Amino acid sequence: MCGIVGLFLKDSKLEPVLGAMLTDMLITMTDRGPDSAGIAIYGRPTLGHAKLTVQSADPSRDFDRLGQSLSEVIGSDVTVEIKDTHAVIGLAAAKIDAARSALNSLRPGLKMMSVGDSIEIFKEVGLPRDVAAKFRVAEMAGTHGIGHTRMATESAVTTMGAHPFSTGSDQCLVHNGSLSNHNSVRRDLKRAGMTFETENDTEVAAAFISHKLQSGEKLGDAMAATLTDLDGFFTFVVGTKNGFGVVRDPIACKPAVMAETDEYVAFGSEYRALVNLPGIDTARVWEPEPATVYFWER
Amino acid sequence: MQSFDLGKDGLRALNAALHGLKGQTNMTQWQVINPKGAHAIAAGVDAPVDITVRGSTGYYCAGMNKQATIRIKGSAGPGVAENMMSGTVIIDGDASQYAGATGNGGLLVIKGNASSRCGISMKGIDIVVHGNIGHMSAFMAQSGNIVCLGNAGEALGDSLYEARLFIRGDVKSLGADCIEKEMRPEHLSLLADLLKRGEADDKASPRDFRRYGSARQLYSFNIDNAASY
Repeated sequence: MCGIVGLFLKDSKLEPVLGAMLTDMLITMTDRGPDSAGIAIYGRPTLGHAKLTVQSADPSRDFDRLGQSLSEVIGSDVTVEIKDTHAVIGLAAAKIDAARSALNSLRPGLKMMSVGDSIEIFKEVGLPRDVAAKFRVAEMAGTHGIGHTRMATESAVTTMGAHPFSTGSDQCLVHNGSLSNHNSVRRDLKRAGMTFETENDTEVAAAFISHKLQSGEKLGDAMAATLTDLDGFFTFVVGTKNGFGVVRDPIACKPAVMAETDEYVAFGSEYRALVNLPGIDTARVWEPEPATVYFWER
Repeated sequence: MQSFDLGKDGLRALNAALHGLKGQTNMTQWQVINPKGAHAIAAGVDAPVDITVRGSTGYYCAGMNKQATIRIKGSAGPGVAENMMSGTVIIDGDASQYAGATGNGGLLVIKGNASSRCGISMKGIDIVVHGNIGHMSAFMAQSGNIVCLGNAGEALGDSLYEARLFIRGDVKSLGADCIEKEMRPEHLSLLADLLKRGEADDKASPRDFRRYGSARQLYSFNIDNAASY
């Protein structure tokens, strides 16, 4: 079992409260996944500006004078916002590659959670309520976001094993289910040049979609390919810079409910996750069909 | 009318109160407000009472129901009326997967659509769905009836025993050992009764339906079929 929540805002008036809405939805899904929790929030991008979200097992060591050291090496200003075990590094988009290689030598203990123009990912072991509070998710604004509560089946309960998984710029994926052919797909993707942080099945699904997108496929086609190439049970919710998508395996035993109003599109593993959304009583509420790709983009 | 605010009083208190109703009772009318998708609402009721849930429910609403009439004024999550023994469950909206699974008796009415595995392993329940039913519906169904005014998804009635399936719309595909069968007069009168009790007699006539049932080829293991397993 796991819990998934997602929100794609159509009405910009709700953007300041995106984090608060997602936090409420995430906590409702605690009993589907009390092991760990994570959230990906997409903020409004600033032209020429990018963000790296990094995680440290020893924040007091790794985050000490991080901005100063990094800006000296890459020769450009950076901002650092520390949130508990995570830090969001803001920098010029052109400096992303330089910053990543500089961080490898400056702070080898850091793990990269996300890279992109608008994405920030925060995830940790612990109850969803505690994880959301630690990263002050309720204070975050944004255009869309995805959250996950994990009950681990396929790999260890660790920070890196929590969802969302991000394997490409501004991309992320969360998963309810388990994949049975992830080892062979991982081998194929490694040969194709993809890199992996964990032994987790969901990371393989994320990398599978990222690899398709890197090869020039459209999001809808990349998601449809999971239906033929990935074996197992899944409800995936995928985030990109412009929106999010949903796909369920053909058996569709992992639950999914969606709601749409003029203000938003929402996803929940259960209807319970959606009950406090504005206008839910008059929203169009439905279950996404098996083996069918849905996505919303702005 | 007994009114129960689930948001205030909690699920356990509701189900404890309903389980306390034994035999004949004067408290025959109940309503549950603020269900907000909670699980197991009014599961395990065994009394001739009328319960209205004002909103949508989560997993296993009205599970194991005996005698009670339970109305859901919204949609129902997975496993609604699972293993129902008797009584009636009426859902105004849609029902999620495995509605009426393993049901032994009673009547389940879904006024919207039912998703996958509706009536899986049913053992005598009657299910009337005003909309569509999803894939693998009536899988291993043993007895009882499904009436579907809309379309059926893939693999209808796979490994079916003696349940009867009446479908008005299209069937995407039939499962193993499920075949279309002749509609005889006794089926038309059975269907007329089910449509009436399922509050659908103003929407459809028995003659609009086709009947599906078991070809009875997979009942017992046959060594000649070994390659099919």
